[in-house]
Amino acid sequence: MTSALTTHDGQPLHKSLARALRREKLRSLLLIAPLLAFVLVTFVFPIADMLFRSVENSIVPDTLPGTTRTIQSWDATGDELPSEEVYTSLADDLLLAQELKIHTRLGSRLNYDQPGIASTFRKSGRQVRKLDASAHLDSFSEFNKEWGTPSAWADIKTHALWPTAFPASSIAFNNWTRYIISDEGDDADLSSMTPYGTVYSALFYDVQKFNDDQWSQLTASSSAVSHLFTGLKDQLPNFPSANYKEQFLDIDDGWGEIDNWRTIHRLSPRMVDSYYWASIDRERTVEGVEHKPANERIYVKLFIRTFVMSMVITVSCILLGYPIAYLLATLPTRTSNLLLILVLLPFWTSLLVRTSAWKVLLQQQGVINDILVWARIIGDDGRLALINNITGTIITMTHILLPFMILPLFSVMKTISPSYVRAAKSMGATDWTAFRRVYFPNTIPGIGAGSILVFILSIGYYITPELVGGTSGVFISNRIAYHISSSLNWGLAAALGSILLASVLILYWAYDKVVGIDNVKLG
Amino acid sequence: MSKTSTLATAVALALTLGAGASVNAMDMPECENCADELTIVSWGGAYSKSQLRAYHEPYTELTGTAIVNDDSSAEAVAKLRAMNEAGNVTWDVVDVVAADAIRLCDEGLAEEIDADADLAAAPDGTPASEDFGDLLVSDCFIPQIVYSTTFGYRTDIEDWNGATPEDVCAIFDTETFPGQRSLEKRPIANMEWALMCDGVAIEDVYDALETDEGVAQALAKLDTIKDQTIWWSAGAETPQLLADGEVAIGSTYNGRLFSAIEEQNQPIAMLWDAQMFDLDGWIVPAGLSEERKARAMHYLKFATDTQRLADQAKYISYGPARASSAPLVGKHADLGIEMAPHMPTDPANAQNTFLYNYEWWADNRDDLDAKFQAWLAN
Repeated sequence: MTSALTTHDGQPLHKSLARALRREKLRSLLLIAPLLAFVLVTFVFPIADMLFRSVENSIVPDTLPGTTRTIQSWDATGDELPSEEVYTSLADDLLLAQELKIHTRLGSRLNYDQPGIASTFRKSGRQVRKLDASAHLDSFSEFNKEWGTPSAWADIKTHALWPTAFPASSIAFNNWTRYIISDEGDDADLSSMTPYGTVYSALFYDVQKFNDDQWSQLTASSSAVSHLFTGLKDQLPNFPSANYKEQFLDIDDGWGEIDNWRTIHRLSPRMVDSYYWASIDRERTVEGVEHKPANERIYVKLFIRTFVMSMVITVSCILLGYPIAYLLATLPTRTSNLLLILVLLPFWTSLLVRTSAWKVLLQQQGVINDILVWARIIGDDGRLALINNITGTIITMTHILLPFMILPLFSVMKTISPSYVRAAKSMGATDWTAFRRVYFPNTIPGIGAGSILVFILSIGYYITPELVGGTSGVFISNRIAYHISSSLNWGLAAALGSILLASVLILYWAYDKVVGIDNVKLG
Repeated sequence: MSKTSTLATAVALALTLGAGASVNAMDMPECENCADELTIVSWGGAYSKSQLRAYHEPYTELTGTAIVNDDSSAEAVAKLRAMNEAGNVTWDVVDVVAADAIRLCDEGLAEEIDADADLAAAPDGTPASEDFGDLLVSDCFIPQIVYSTTFGYRTDIEDWNGATPEDVCAIFDTETFPGQRSLEKRPIANMEWALMCDGVAIEDVYDALETDEGVAQALAKLDTIKDQTIWWSAGAETPQLLADGEVAIGSTYNGRLFSAIEEQNQPIAMLWDAQMFDLDGWIVPAGLSEERKARAMHYLKFATDTQRLADQAKYISYGPARASSAPLVGKHADLGIEMAPHMPTDPANAQNTFLYNYEWWADNRDDLDAKFQAWLAN
């Protein structure tokens, strides 16, 4: 071989082949593109969103930008309330929050972790405008009346040390800007206004923390703000301390409760794990992660119940579905098609109708109990409790999910040639041995497929358990539904959902290890 | 179309006959720059029907606005939040209970409403804020009806030997009143009744529930009937359970019992003692366009005036939220019976009542719900 193979138009063969293949791939990609987009939009993004929500907590740092900063230096393990500086930033943050009407929203968020704090925020929102915030505005203006003019702030903001040396006042100034824009609209002339008092209070705490180097930079003759800061250091001891703490305690006792402050402290980060701890009946306290009080523990119990009951339902479906599928697979086609319609019939009936029908059948004055009493199997005062408990949930869900077991079993059994069993028998196997050694192993892929379908569907069910489960037959999904639709605690719902998803993936993995996922056949 | 106009004529007739003092609907100013369609969300069933006849049909007749009904109130809170996050609010007016209105208002999902500026005054000129009075429990909420969660019992139970329940504590008296009970699957009202029947004065109930001991006491009282209780989550369950003879006594909304007793003639009677008042009303979702918001407010001004609220009581036994509507409550439109004695607010029924403590429950609902559900699951 001296020259490479070429196609008739002179292209090297391997290039031409690669191009053809690439075109093939592109075409197949285009063909699946709608499905891929659909799966991304309806499946991958929502799951990613759920995972994100289960840790997301930006509402706290976004609503209280100043407070979540200053509270970091507070000792949450001690029994002292936070310092005046923290209350100062709270006053500033709340002023903006109530203007934007987001303070109650934050209150609802914190209330999930600390019952009662919602009304503290609600009440404070009404009162915070009335806070006396004049103390430091007056002191600064008295020291140098330039301080009370808009130009003072315009000058400071051009200084190289803004915002690094002014952490509190830069946040407060930013809050004030947003406040004015919200209050007066986008065309508000900020350059002609001086900030309100809490910004000066924030400045007061920043100035106290200046080091010598910063002082000298600010008072240097080259500095545009030297007139504002020269001599200020000596005057600072004469400035009054802020009195927001006292005013907040007057507004609501909640601000004097250390647990409320610990909650804000704990929930300051943008991402928190508190929803996950709550999902397993634990909570983070100053002493570390602890069990919740015994009378509030519920989720672990419901998780276990959900899995145990789903397994029971799966097993019931196998026991009931196997003989039916066998019958369907072995009867003449005409008869089996008729029976298949009977299996499918429930699919064409509304889920709620089927569930309600079971109520009529199972309740104590219901059809089944009436028949048993009439047949004198039980006495009139010994009617069986078949509904509003675990029994009701298992019976109803087994019925509802049965087709998902029968159909894969049926289609697998259809493919098993009758000659296998005949061959086994001809070699002397008994009926039982022929079934156990030949027929049953061939149906395992169907059992596997049916079990996975039934199990995964049943751990996510919530309408049926809600209607027939009473108190002992409800699943974890009922609590998830509650948090989605009633308490609006979507973070906790997302954490519970994520745990459920993770457990299913683990079980799937275990199934693959033990049985092998290749051994699953839907038909 | 002919049906609508007959109904509208009937309403117009009722207007002229019913109350000369009432504001004539024709006095409503035209709505300028308003959307010509309105999506109204409510609870469905008999309740939506009463709104359709008392509010929607007359309003459509008056303004030509097309009204679309959506029976999604049960999921309104979650859906409104989802719509708000997606930036696509498709509802204009939403019927919710007061507790949900408070939550929506807190979350910034509902518009604030200025009762005196946005709503019609009473026929005698009383401003709306005074006419509704204490029932304006949230800045975003226009109350529509007062309903109550109360008890119904079967009147044909032999084991009771002729005794009839006189007060709410009968539910805990399994000696005199044997049989299954049905209670709502949530702490609200049940905890209060349990404490009241365990010797706690009605005014101390909420203080007690703030302590662990108080919660334990209430749950211990409920424990005495726990294994004889069916816990419901939909208001229709108790009337059905009573009608089937599945329970002897159970709680539900008074309007549901009214239709079981008066419309279906079931052997059931009302136990009004210690009924818990609650409110249902309207909110306007935040984030509507100007035209849609203007239409929603125009509709609400019409639908919450004195005569309209009184009209609704002709179709369902819930009390109008305006004080000025009470004297206008007449007979049931189809059954022809006087509606006043079936109102939860009727003096004979309201001898012993308590009002759902909204603020307290807004703070403690999640916490107590966790405890209550943990207790139920055990």
